[in-house]
Amino acid sequence: MPVTDRSRLTFYLLLAPLLLWLVTLIILPHVGMFLVSLREKVGVREYETGFANYAVFFNEPLYWNTFARTAYMSIAATVLTLLIGFPIAYYIAKLTRGRTKTTLFLMCLIPFWVSELVRTFGWMILLRETGVFSNVLQWAGLADAPVEMLYNDAAIMVGLVYTSMLFMVVPLVTTLDSLDDSLIEAGYDLGASGFAILREIVIPHAMPGIVSGCIVVFMLSLGNYLTPILLGGKDSLWFTGLIYSQFITRFNWELGSAFGFLLLGLSSTIVFIGLKLSRQSLGRTMAQ
Amino acid sequence: MFETPDLECRDISKSFDDFKAVKDVSFAVPPGTFFSILGPSGCGKTTLLRMIAGFQKPSSGDLLIKGRSVLDVPPNKRQVSMVFQHLALFPMMNIGANVGFGLRQRGVNRADIKRQVERVLDRVGLTGVADRPVDSLSGGQKQRVAIARCMVLEPDVLLLDEPLGALDLKLREHMKIELKQLQAEFNTTFVYITHDQSEALVMSDQIAVMNRGVFEQVGTAKELYYEPSTAFVAGFVGEANKFRARVQSLDAGVQMVTDQGQVLHGTAAGKALAKGDAVDVFVRPEAVRLSRDTALNGNAGQGRVENILFNGANSQLILRDQTTGAQMNVALPQTGEFRDLSVGDTVHFGWEPAQTRVYAGD
Amino acid sequence: MKTQLILSTVAALALSTAAQAETLRLLTWGGYAPDDVIAMFEEQTGHTVEVTKSNNEEMIAKLRATNGGGFDLAQPSQDRIAGPQIEFGIYKPLDMSQIDTSLFIPSMLEATKGNTTVDGEVYAVPHVWGTSGLVVNTAQAASVRDYTDLCNDDVAGKVSYRLKRPTLIGFAYAMGLDPFAAYDDEAAYKDILDQVEAKLVECKSNVKTYWDGGDELKNLMRSGEVVASMAWDTGGWQLNDDNADITFVAPVSGALGWIDTFALPARGRADEAAYAWINFVMQPEIAAMITASAGNFTASQGGDANVDDALKAKYQASFPQEAIDNIKWYPSVPAGLETLEGAALDRINAAN
Repeated sequence: MPVTDRSRLTFYLLLAPLLLWLVTLIILPHVGMFLVSLREKVGVREYETGFANYAVFFNEPLYWNTFARTAYMSIAATVLTLLIGFPIAYYIAKLTRGRTKTTLFLMCLIPFWVSELVRTFGWMILLRETGVFSNVLQWAGLADAPVEMLYNDAAIMVGLVYTSMLFMVVPLVTTLDSLDDSLIEAGYDLGASGFAILREIVIPHAMPGIVSGCIVVFMLSLGNYLTPILLGGKDSLWFTGLIYSQFITRFNWELGSAFGFLLLGLSSTIVFIGLKLSRQSLGRTMAQ
Repeated sequence: MFETPDLECRDISKSFDDFKAVKDVSFAVPPGTFFSILGPSGCGKTTLLRMIAGFQKPSSGDLLIKGRSVLDVPPNKRQVSMVFQHLALFPMMNIGANVGFGLRQRGVNRADIKRQVERVLDRVGLTGVADRPVDSLSGGQKQRVAIARCMVLEPDVLLLDEPLGALDLKLREHMKIELKQLQAEFNTTFVYITHDQSEALVMSDQIAVMNRGVFEQVGTAKELYYEPSTAFVAGFVGEANKFRARVQSLDAGVQMVTDQGQVLHGTAAGKALAKGDAVDVFVRPEAVRLSRDTALNGNAGQGRVENILFNGANSQLILRDQTTGAQMNVALPQTGEFRDLSVGDTVHFGWEPAQTRVYAGD
Repeated sequence: MKTQLILSTVAALALSTAAQAETLRLLTWGGYAPDDVIAMFEEQTGHTVEVTKSNNEEMIAKLRATNGGGFDLAQPSQDRIAGPQIEFGIYKPLDMSQIDTSLFIPSMLEATKGNTTVDGEVYAVPHVWGTSGLVVNTAQAASVRDYTDLCNDDVAGKVSYRLKRPTLIGFAYAMGLDPFAAYDDEAAYKDILDQVEAKLVECKSNVKTYWDGGDELKNLMRSGEVVASMAWDTGGWQLNDDNADITFVAPVSGALGWIDTFALPARGRADEAAYAWINFVMQPEIAAMITASAGNFTASQGGDANVDDALKAKYQASFPQEAIDNIKWYPSVPAGLETLEGAALDRINAAN
């Protein structure tokens, strides 16, 4: 009995920092934010409790349009990142060895040696009307006037995919690395085509990595602020932008908090649906 | 009557950069044969097998299956199947899906797949496991699933890449017999590679001993054991006492003197010898007779017992020749006569010149 | 005995200087606290200065988040004092006896005091003032003379402005409306906002992008991607140094005048250093240094005397006397008005 007591004590002591971290940095702020989101402003320094802030969201098409747009753009960015990242990860995991592998892996890391702001400015320099791409196109004779490639949804997409790539490639490389080459050879040996092997062996094996990569990329895209604002220009409607403006420029913390909670709900819902569709459990995916 | 071999290699070679892994290997495997390729690791046997499977392309030479060259046929179109070293069962599928994988790729309809999968699982003695996950099986059962997965496709040749390597000793002994039975049951040509001589000796109809990219000898287990044609085969297959010696005379067999100064008589094997040649001399431990009192005929001497390695029927004595100081391994006869022998005792030993095989040294 | 006495005297001295020397945490705009001024201030007073650069909205958001803590002196615009003070209580009243009022231009001091008085207490004194209007590349967009000209066809796709409240106000004036007069009449103000919103939505296709930071705007103007924009006067004058065609233009309907102030955050801890800083930087010669750094003139009496002639020349070119008379000074923003403006700005942003 004393032994179990002691081991239980050790267990709680070990758990304490994690609990402390969870409670003070995650749960408490969220509880606070939720309480703020329930405050209805009725006058100067006068508040009532209610769901008016949430009602504002549902009654104003602008807000939920932005909300939906943010969601589907993030999903699109996630899918695009997966489609581009998968071959890269496969190449790194299966077709390279030793130094080349390390080098390629590091190349995926390079974008993270500078801050997100600098990275985004880099894209602005490339894409803007007087930027590098526009000049190259004119020089090559493919365009006879400056081309504006900035300030549209495609630019946002480029920025999001670029920012997220590493977070897709790393879990994919890890899972693909653990795929025994002989399984692929066995597939060929048993008469499968390359596509059949991809579909029946490689993808099922990589599924936990695919799902965890997708979750991370989706969350990052959904919560991204700088990239959509800077690259999207005048049409850059992004839900985080709305939250920012409610908090900072409108001083409307109540509505901002409500928006924050709705975003949390949205991301949780979409991740949940994604897990259900891919028949993965969150635990298995995160253990990846 | 001449029968088209299931598998034939003609002067097949494979080079990696400046290293030649397989050098001009030629052989033919008649239908229904259990053919083993036995060799130490790094001898090129895996490369050879991968070339047959199609995962590697020969640098030169030709490869025929059922008389037709398959050099340009990719692995997924070749009528050969392979059981991988670690079996390579697909963990993401259940047993039925594993076994039916190849049929699915051929576009066989679902009902037929189900029927054929059940039948082949039946034949390997695993009835009713189709819906279970791969991990629910024991090592030996997985082995059988891996074979069933190949056999359901009715390949012309089944390749096996040391599939027993991962099993524990007891199971390995059991699987040797089982594999042989399965081969007889399916009556398919098996090409089996291994570095374990006992696996090869027990199961095979034909064994090729491979060393440094070439076949040293191809023959039945008996031929390899009793009539090894090269020094490598004599040393690699079975156990042997090995001496280095120099030829003194070639009248009436080979007469030679060992490096330790003992005069031996033997039989020339392999290449022709000349007087003064350096030779390697091999004597099997079980060819050596023992006697407590009387000196023996033939190649003989007297030795002190240095060690007794007791292992039941496979017990061995290690003797030290009292005149030359050479070490001899001798199989301990199981007649009971030498049961009380102990370390430090002196015994006479001797063996026939006919069982003394002499090979030209390098 | 003797040594002990000396030691305790030294300790007491050290303690007293430590008590006097404070750290002034200054929440201000870029250019308002140049390094050379800080060095002089620290040398003369023994206080140290920590500068955080920000803008109006962030200043208020920061102070609101801490209930007026974390900073000892803030510099929001004079129209952003009374409203947030009523709503959030983030400032504390100024002790006017601590401020050397003789250093200020009297008319500007009185106007600011009037605008920032809540419940009889004064919350701010003026520091730097300037205007916002138009920055125009005169070689390519000579037609742009008022805010609404940004919607002209000949500059389509080559104009920019911020999606912030000055744009709403500027457009309202250019459309012949008087938003400041409607500040206290929410319905009338809403009506004005609706008209401006419609105009800005219609004008959206003309806009290349809504700029957000001064550097972004300067890049757009320098590269020629944008030929006319709403901006601060100093931005235009700085661009003029690089490209003589670009300059600040006071719009026909009037530039919008702003005054950045000094205000004490409610829970500031270094009031003494804050007052010392105010009195220090309002000295004419120091004020001239700040003008050189920020590009804008100050409310310091005689502070423009030492300002470099080039800047004066640009100022005079942009502001003939009638343009100065026509400056619309921001009155204090009533609490809650920003919610209306915010909704309008959101709708403009979302429009296609």
